[in-house]
Amino acid sequence: MSEPILSVRNMKVWFDVRDDAAGGIFPKTKKLKAVDGVSFDLMPGETLGIVGESGCGKSTLARSIIRLVKATSGEAIWMGRDLLTMSDSDMLTVRKDIQMIFQDPLASLNPRMTCGEIIAEPLKTHSKGMGKAERREKVSAMLEKVGMDPSHINRYPHEFSGGQCQRIGIARALITNPKLIICDEPVSALDVSVQAQVVNLLMALQKELGISLLFIAHDLSVVKHISDRIMVLYFGNVVEIGTSKQVIEAPQHAYTQKLIASIPIPDPRKEMARREVRRAKRAAK
Amino acid sequence: MNILDVKNLSVTFNTPDGDVHAVNDVSFTLAEGKTLAIVGESGSGKSQSAFAIMGLLPKNGHAGGSVKYMGDEILNISEAAINKYRANEIAMIFQDPMTSLNPYMRISNQLTEVLVHHKGMSKREALVESIKMLDAVQIPEAASRVHMYPHEFSGGMRQRVMIAMSLLCGPKLLIADEPTTALDVTVQAEIMDLLIDLQEDFGMAIILITHDMGIVAGTCEDTLVMFGGNVMEYRPTLDLFDNPQHPYTKGLLEAVPRLDRDVETLSTVSYDFLEGGKS
Repeated sequence: MSEPILSVRNMKVWFDVRDDAAGGIFPKTKKLKAVDGVSFDLMPGETLGIVGESGCGKSTLARSIIRLVKATSGEAIWMGRDLLTMSDSDMLTVRKDIQMIFQDPLASLNPRMTCGEIIAEPLKTHSKGMGKAERREKVSAMLEKVGMDPSHINRYPHEFSGGQCQRIGIARALITNPKLIICDEPVSALDVSVQAQVVNLLMALQKELGISLLFIAHDLSVVKHISDRIMVLYFGNVVEIGTSKQVIEAPQHAYTQKLIASIPIPDPRKEMARREVRRAKRAAK
Repeated sequence: MNILDVKNLSVTFNTPDGDVHAVNDVSFTLAEGKTLAIVGESGSGKSQSAFAIMGLLPKNGHAGGSVKYMGDEILNISEAAINKYRANEIAMIFQDPMTSLNPYMRISNQLTEVLVHHKGMSKREALVESIKMLDAVQIPEAASRVHMYPHEFSGGMRQRVMIAMSLLCGPKLLIADEPTTALDVTVQAEIMDLLIDLQEDFGMAIILITHDMGIVAGTCEDTLVMFGGNVMEYRPTLDLFDNPQHPYTKGLLEAVPRLDRDVETLSTVSYDFLEGGKS
């Protein structure tokens, strides 16, 4: 058994929010515990799916690992070193190894940069010595790798479809040869036909390059398809973590059970039967 | 009797770049109390078809063909004439409950407004009716919550308010345009179950517009699959799932990852059926 590439220990992200319920003249604050003591290990080459409803802290957790939001306490051990306490300059070098893909493919690309410039940007930060010609060559090769036409290198984001924009996002993440990619709802904004293409692309690239994925999504069907293990978050806490098979076939926590019972299955007979089960449960209450 | 007869419906938008044909030659019928799903991906024309039926197209949009409600033509009739059908006969709910509710108005005022305007009730009568309807959509403590503002409700509760509002005048047809797309799956299941229960209680027909084949499977007698403004397939839902005829329908069904099935790679939709491939 190899060492985990990332160990998150007791991660907490608390926000101060105004407490409207408290009386008094001066506004009081209370803690919003967005992430409240999350621990997990991620192995090299592994895909860990993170599911949970909106507001459960899944995005905040991911962002806190690479310090896009400040963690209140906890540790994120990356190859033996804690990401949360290292200096900014050390963190910069680590960012080369940990990249991110976001939900809204168009919003996460600068509209005033060409797709070539967007994909080359991480190289300008992390491979300062690289010449212009070499960069361009790398970008072209990467475009091809993510299934796009390298001759489109000078086009702007608005000239691409949503699926193509997400491919550009993936190319930008891959250009620094990262060891981990954090995918925050990468396919939620896409049509199912495009979603299938992007999921297939991510899985093929991962197999080829041996990278680890943290795959955040609210759609358990997609997460199950892509993940080796699944972690279920509920109100900032891990309520369940296990192999995809375990979590889907034998969910332990009440929330996971409800989640699985709620996901529509494209099969009329099964779906009607499930509706009747839910109806019986409601009637029993 | 059919509650809705749609024949050769088309929608065209005049744009500076020329005419855009968003919907071409869509025909379907809907019997009283039945549910029809219109499925398609973004840009398939599913929402524009619904907007055309309700007379809600923007100024540069033109509808052609025929839409008969209980035998009466309602397509391209005057604003005053279609207004008699809206809310009273045909109601509509939308994807995002926050943008379809007025953030500056209390729920009570938004609900009673409908009844005062369409049914000529007094405000007091209307409030009683509104609270009854909030009860029917299972909003807890309806009598006190009716006075709250939209932002004080969660997404799921807001969609319940929208459903309550749409049902106030007892419409015979409800058009639901992606009613659960913005909601969490657990809430989605609750809202869909609620819609089906309400359909049985109120006896209305539903047109459900969605991109999710899973939702179609559980709710609708008939399904109409659209792509690029055209109807690909229109059949009873059971037949459609058992034996999809059109390559696009097959592709859609197979491209969705499923909880009850394991596949190595997802199959992607082939557009070979289009002459010359996907443009």
